[in-house]
Order: sequence, then structure tokens, then C-alpha cells
Amino acid sequence: MLRIEHVSKTFFPGSVNEKRALNDLNLQMNPGDFITVIGGNGAGKSTMLNSIAGVFPIDAGKIIIDGEDISKKAEHQRAKYIGRVFQDPMLGTAAGMMIEENLALAARRGKTPTLAWAIKDSERDDFREMLRGLDLGLESRMTNRVGLLSGGQRQALTLLMATMNQPKLLLLDEHTAALDPKTAEKVLNLTLDIVQRHHLTTLMITHNMRDALRFGNRLVMMNAGRIVVDVEGEEKEKLTIPDLLALFEKASGSALDNDRILLG
Amino acid sequence: MFDLLLPTVSQGLLWSMLALGVFLTFRVLDIADLTVEGSFPLGAAVAAACLVKGGNPFTAIVLAAIAGGLAGVITGLLHTKLKIPALLAGILTMIALYSVNLRVMGKANLSLLRVDTVFTYLRNMGLDNNMSIFTVGIISTVLFVLAIYWFFGTEIGAAIRATGFNPQMIRAQGVDTNHTIIFGLLLSNALVAISGAFIGQSNGFADVGMGVGTIVIGLASVIIGEVLFGTRSFKNSLISVVLGSVVYRIVIAVVLQMGMPPNDLKLFTAVLVALALALPLFQNKINKRKVAE
Ligand SMILES: Nc1ncnc2c1ncn2[C@@H]1O[C@H](COP(=O)(O)OP(=O)(O)OP(=O)(O)O)[C@@H](O)[C@H]1O
Ligand SMILES: [Mg+2]
Repeated sequence: MLRIEHVSKTFFPGSVNEKRALNDLNLQMNPGDFITVIGGNGAGKSTMLNSIAGVFPIDAGKIIIDGEDISKKAEHQRAKYIGRVFQDPMLGTAAGMMIEENLALAARRGKTPTLAWAIKDSERDDFREMLRGLDLGLESRMTNRVGLLSGGQRQALTLLMATMNQPKLLLLDEHTAALDPKTAEKVLNLTLDIVQRHHLTTLMITHNMRDALRFGNRLVMMNAGRIVVDVEGEEKEKLTIPDLLALFEKASGSALDNDRILLG
Repeated sequence: MFDLLLPTVSQGLLWSMLALGVFLTFRVLDIADLTVEGSFPLGAAVAAACLVKGGNPFTAIVLAAIAGGLAGVITGLLHTKLKIPALLAGILTMIALYSVNLRVMGKANLSLLRVDTVFTYLRNMGLDNNMSIFTVGIISTVLFVLAIYWFFGTEIGAAIRATGFNPQMIRAQGVDTNHTIIFGLLLSNALVAISGAFIGQSNGFADVGMGVGTIVIGLASVIIGEVLFGTRSFKNSLISVVLGSVVYRIVIAVVLQMGMPPNDLKLFTAVLVALALALPLFQNKINKRKVAE
């Protein structure tokens, strides 16, 4: 499904700020895998997701989706395979446009825009149904500007937009980190619901160990631009937080340092 | 006073295409595009050169639009492909256009007194001078507002709007934001050039210096329109911008009547725009004081 082969990425090469963010990274995802990703500050988690999405070019290696090498493709060309939700609730939607306009843009993900109407009447009913599924009352606010929504509502909407036409790969970068605990829980459950319903292959970065254990069939831990722990299936089911910390220390030779990490 | 109203409103309408162009970059794309200062006289120059050579006014305006659109594309390429900041890219095109405009006209000023303009056609049909300018202004403004409204209701238009709000988001939907930015600049500067073509014909000449300050006039119209007439929806914003352009002309006519020397006009407009741009800041301060009390 997704193969990351020997991918490296260095920011500001040759300068004093040089930062090796990915260091010969390898990962192979099977169809339907739901992988949670944890790791220390600056371990390269976001850089991994951004490399897959094509936010910047990688220095070396290959990224392959369904047998197709996408490493050289521009960000917008990869969008037809990939749905994304960012940590910042502002990033996933166009604040000045209506909810239905945002949904209509997402409904056309990966298609070259034409001079056809940006939103068709027939679509509105579908959008309303999808919004009803979020259970946030957004179905009656379709012509509201997205800027009027709360962070949690925007994140739920972004999640819907990222998944509405079933991407081959769903990338979630701490997408609940900016939300209060109750809203975060709601958005996480929604995530699980959508991922399961559409059997989406998903990579989810989290700084919450409990969530990393609770969600997904597989868990990877990153350190210094590589994956140092990779557990799945029953082995993952049985893991506890102390197990995780021990695994990390054994693999990386140091304790997990992430000032934002939540242990429980 | 009242006999000044119709010509003033008519001027506002002819200038409203400039204001709509500035609205497309400044508000929709979220770019301050200075190309305007070159594409406005470019439109006037191309139209004038065409008319002087015996072309008909319709062709003149179409050619002006194409030239303006090309100028926008140049700025767009400088900005997106060469990664030059938008403000600087616009300045480069603007400066380059100064020479281009001199070449197009062959001199610094091209008189249209003895050639048939779009307005002469209407006068020949029996309208007086004021009515002919008003007619051209109102018809073209309505047509362009409708066309822009339609266009921004299409998929391409929506992608351009989204680019202005959040380029990252629309790239994640698979849209090449380089294309949307270039296309937005094309449309904007085509409109600006059309405005220049009309103003040149109504003034009776095209002048290489007539672009100076046009960006500020455009901004003034956009902001006055938004403050007075609202931004509830895209349609509402478009109409506000047109009305803003008309109100701006009325304000100018009034202060001139009150005895302000014409030479101070640009200073006046710049101060007006600076105040209007700072308005949100003042409002915040006032609101904070209210909260504090
Ligand atoms: N766009 C960028 N430009 C320059 N440096 C970057 C960029 N993105 C990441 N880095 C650097 O690369 C390293 C890895 O960063 P990355 O954001 O991938 O870490 P992370 O694992 O997501 O950490 P966190 O838990 O803090 O989000 C860091 O040192 C970071 O400063
Ligand atoms: Mg990160």
C-alpha cells in the first residue's frame, strides 16, 4: 500500500542550522493498517507525514503508493491519493468560505477544476447527511462561514473533508492536540468511526500514549529520524505504557523526551 | 452641485473596474499587487494606440484587456515560479510597463481628441456626453459584476478564492496554487486595463503617468465600499466595491468643490486609505476600552 524506502531529509543543509529530520527512514504499510506514531520532540514524525504529502521534496529515497512512485510528484498531484488533517484547526479549511463550499472543494479532491458550478444542488443533500453524521448540528449551518466554527467543529469538518471520497491514505498529525480533552475525545471517536467504516489506511501521530495504544492495529515509535519500535496485532494489544517506555529506551538508548507527551 | 452628480457617478463606474481588479488581488487572493499602476496606463495606451490606428473601440478594449491580462501573468510567473515576493514582483512588472507603455504609444501622451472613441459612438447615436459616459459605465459595470459573480461560482473560481484564504488547504485538495494565483492576477489586471482603456477614452488622452496612485484609488474604493455597504457574501462584496468606487469619486468631487487644491488629491487619498486600513486597530482599541470599563 504505502512504502517508504530509505527516505532522508535534512533542513538547511550546510548551514549552522542544519537539521537531519529523517535519516534513512523505512516503513511498509499494508492496506487497512491503522498505525499510531509516537516519538520525542523533533523525532521527525511531522516531517515523515509532510514528506509523504509532498509538502517539500525529500533528499533521498522513494515513497511508493500502490506501486506508484510518487516521490517526484508535487503536493497537489498527490492529493488525489491522500487525505490530511493538521494539528492546527485553521489549516484544513478555508475560513472565509461556507461549510458547503469547503465540502464541495473536498468532494473534488484530485480533480482539475473546471468551469462547472463549484457546488451542485444535488450535492447539498449528500453534504447535509454527512454533516448530520458528525452530530454537531452543522447540517443546519451549511451556509455559515467556516471561520465561525469552534476548533473542534473545524477539525471534525476537516476530517470529513479528508475522508469523504475515501483516500488511499489518511494522514493525521496530532489532529486533536489543539482541542480541549472532551472535544478531542469526540473527534478521536469520530476518527475511529470513519476509519473503520471506510477501512482507511491511516497514519496517526499522537502525543498521547494512551491513544496510541487504544487506537490502531499497529504502533511505531520514532527517534532521530527513524522508526525504532514497530509493534502490531496481538503484541500491540497487550502493551502497557510502561512497556512502551521500556521498549523505546531499549531501542533508542535514551528515555523518551517529549515535553508534551501524555502518559495516561 | 447636482449637475455634477451624473458625471461623478459615471466616473465612479468607469473606475469601478479598477476597484474590482484590486478587490480580486487584495481581498480574494490576499496579495497587494502593484502591477495595477502599470496595467492601468497599459490599458489606456493599448486602446489609444489601437483607436489612433483606426481600430474600433470594441477591439481597442479587448486588446487592452489582453495586454493587462498578460501583465498580470508576468507578475504571477515572477511570484510563483521565481519565488519573488508578490509586492516586489508587482513593482518589477509596473516599472517594466512604464517602458512598454512608452513604446506602445510612441510618446508620453497620446491624444484621442480627433479619433472616434466608444463615447463618440454613443454621442453619434444621440446621447449627450454625460449620458454616453454614464451608459458605458453602467453597462460595463453590470456586465463585469455579473461575469465575475458567475466565474467565482465555478470550480476554478472557488479554487482561486480558497487559494486566497488558505493555500495549504486547497493544495491538499489537489489544486496547483501557482495556477490559481497566476489566473487571479490575469483576471485582475485585465479588469484594471479595461478601466484604464475607458478612462483614457473619457479623458480624451492616454498618458504614461496616469497610473500613479491607481493602487491607492483601488484600495480606497474597496475599503470605503466594504465599510459602508458590507461584505456579507461574495455578491455583496462585489456590489460594495462598485459603490465604493462611486462614493470615492463623490468624496473627491466634494472636497474639490470645498476648495482643496487638486494637487493635494493623492495626499488626501493616501491618508484616507491609511486611516481606513488602520480602522480595525482603532475598533479593537475602542472595544478593549469598552470591555475594561
Ligand atoms: N519546514 C521545516 N523547516 C526547517 N526545519 C524543520 C521543518 N520541519 C521540521 N523541521 C525540523 O526537523 C526536525 C524534525 O521535526 P518534526 O516536526 O518532524 O518533529 P516531530 O517529531 O513532529 O516533533 P513534535 O513532537 O515536536 O511535533 C526538528 O528539528 C524541526 O525543527
Ligand atoms: Mg510534529
